[in-house]
Amino acid sequence: MPLPAKKKRNYLPLVLLALALFPIFGSTYYNELIAKIMIMTIFAMSLDLLVGFTGLVSFGHAAFFGVAAYSVVLLSPKYDPGNLWLVLPGAILTGAAVAFVVGLFVLRTKGIYFIMVTLAFAQMIYFVFHDTPLGGGSDGAFLNVKPELRIGEKVLLDLNEPMQFYYIVLAFLVVAYVFLRVLLRSPLGHALAGIKSNEHRMVSLGFPVFLYKLAGFVTAGGLAGLAGFLSACQFGFVTPEILSWHQSGNVLLMVILGGMGTLNGAAIGAFAFVVLQEVFGALTKHWQLLMGAVIVTVVMVLPGGLSSLPRRLKGLLIGGGARHG
Amino acid sequence: MAELVLSARGLSRRFGGLYANRDVSLDMHKGVLHAVLGPNGAGKSTLINLLSGDLPPSGGQILLRGQDISGWSPDRRSRNGIGRSYQRTNIFPGFTVFENCRLAAQSRTPRALRIFSHATGYADLCEAADKAIGQAGLSARRDVVAGTLSHGEQRQLEIAMVLATTPSVLLLDEPLAGMGPEESQAMVGLLKKLTPDHAILLVEHDMDAVFAVADVITVMVTGQVLESGPPEQIRESVAVQEAYLGAGEPDDE
Repeated sequence: MPLPAKKKRNYLPLVLLALALFPIFGSTYYNELIAKIMIMTIFAMSLDLLVGFTGLVSFGHAAFFGVAAYSVVLLSPKYDPGNLWLVLPGAILTGAAVAFVVGLFVLRTKGIYFIMVTLAFAQMIYFVFHDTPLGGGSDGAFLNVKPELRIGEKVLLDLNEPMQFYYIVLAFLVVAYVFLRVLLRSPLGHALAGIKSNEHRMVSLGFPVFLYKLAGFVTAGGLAGLAGFLSACQFGFVTPEILSWHQSGNVLLMVILGGMGTLNGAAIGAFAFVVLQEVFGALTKHWQLLMGAVIVTVVMVLPGGLSSLPRRLKGLLIGGGARHG
Repeated sequence: MAELVLSARGLSRRFGGLYANRDVSLDMHKGVLHAVLGPNGAGKSTLINLLSGDLPPSGGQILLRGQDISGWSPDRRSRNGIGRSYQRTNIFPGFTVFENCRLAAQSRTPRALRIFSHATGYADLCEAADKAIGQAGLSARRDVVAGTLSHGEQRQLEIAMVLATTPSVLLLDEPLAGMGPEESQAMVGLLKKLTPDHAILLVEHDMDAVFAVADVITVMVTGQVLESGPPEQIRESVAVQEAYLGAGEPDDE
């Protein structure tokens, strides 16, 4: 990272261990909930690459998640399991390819215009699936049998098995996390950080900034596609709602709630958002009212998001200046 | 005369009906420090912006070693050796001094596709960065976050970042602005050291500094070249004296 290294404890192995052992104790309901959180974490981390690390506030990120989820249904046979070798790369490439095309247009705009144009593109894609029979129209479509990984006659991985599915999601979460960490410390990652910090200077230093932003945008689209693939496999159906601006807004809220530009924050935000959604949803029909109150509170009290909470508390206890950013 | 590197031919830039630059021609040679003087509003910064590509010209040509680059983007010009510094400090405030310069050096060998490598692990980039930091006199502040540097130090960093891109042309927009006397002197020394290997265009208000380092001086008034020549010629020019002394107060910013 560009900032001087700070000494800090690494809790990641503990989190990983907890996630790996969870299904031994958890019920089916909780296993599914945790799997959903992990999928949303991949989705939120992919958006954090844009919002938190490149400075591109995209309000249309559901488009890439959604088209990838639809591609799973469209690439799978109706009554047989799809081939994972085909469906998974297909979904990721669909997300990345749509991001490439959208990026060619939206990355020419900046600031508030970028937010609006990403939203506009996502809405266009939403209505393509909502108003045409391509993906079953407004009713959506079922993924009757989930994909499986076979070599010859032997089925290696079967996503219809809840336990297998849980660990596959966990594996992909680890892969996505490590991939992003590696990417961010690479020359490309440092250039993206430079673009976030001072795009004008990057141009005058000779970086073809548009291409760098496009690379980031396509990567984020592909990762969102991975999340979309897993989501389609978890729920077994897709509806246009997963493409809607609500979904784009939710994932943006996860990133903001957890803290932008930290990756860990995206995970914490996804966890908090999904859990609160469940808790408030069980309490009242108007759960969004409570959720809104929580988000406003967090943004006001903790500008760095939930992931900055330990640092803030430490600052208060030790009496050192609280750092937020 | 030394090798001609960059030249402007009849360069103009209009903002609405106002000419910020009108029919400006000048040549930059390797090993020559070419200073541009003029009162505020004379179009000096506009000229640098036109040469660096931050502004598109309304008319005229910019030639880099004989090739017309008037339509090139700023990043393409930078990759072809035209480095510039800014009048208003333009750095990466959240990064360390070293990372500011390392990133600047990275622009020469981007390696964008090597996503599994460490950006900070390339010895050539680190050396280029440290060399530029040393030249600008910031070695002691290498690991300090740039945003916390003093104003004068940020001006030095501004220069270090340009040097880290190993340019052949340096466009320096008031590098001495806001520097203390000692820092100024160090910078003048650095400019002298850099001159043999670079074609330098220096926009500066500090007359003493300009006459100390410049090989050629161009005086601009209201967007046009008033006079251009060696320092002695400028010092004795009646037209320049009128522009600076006769037509009003001298510019002493």
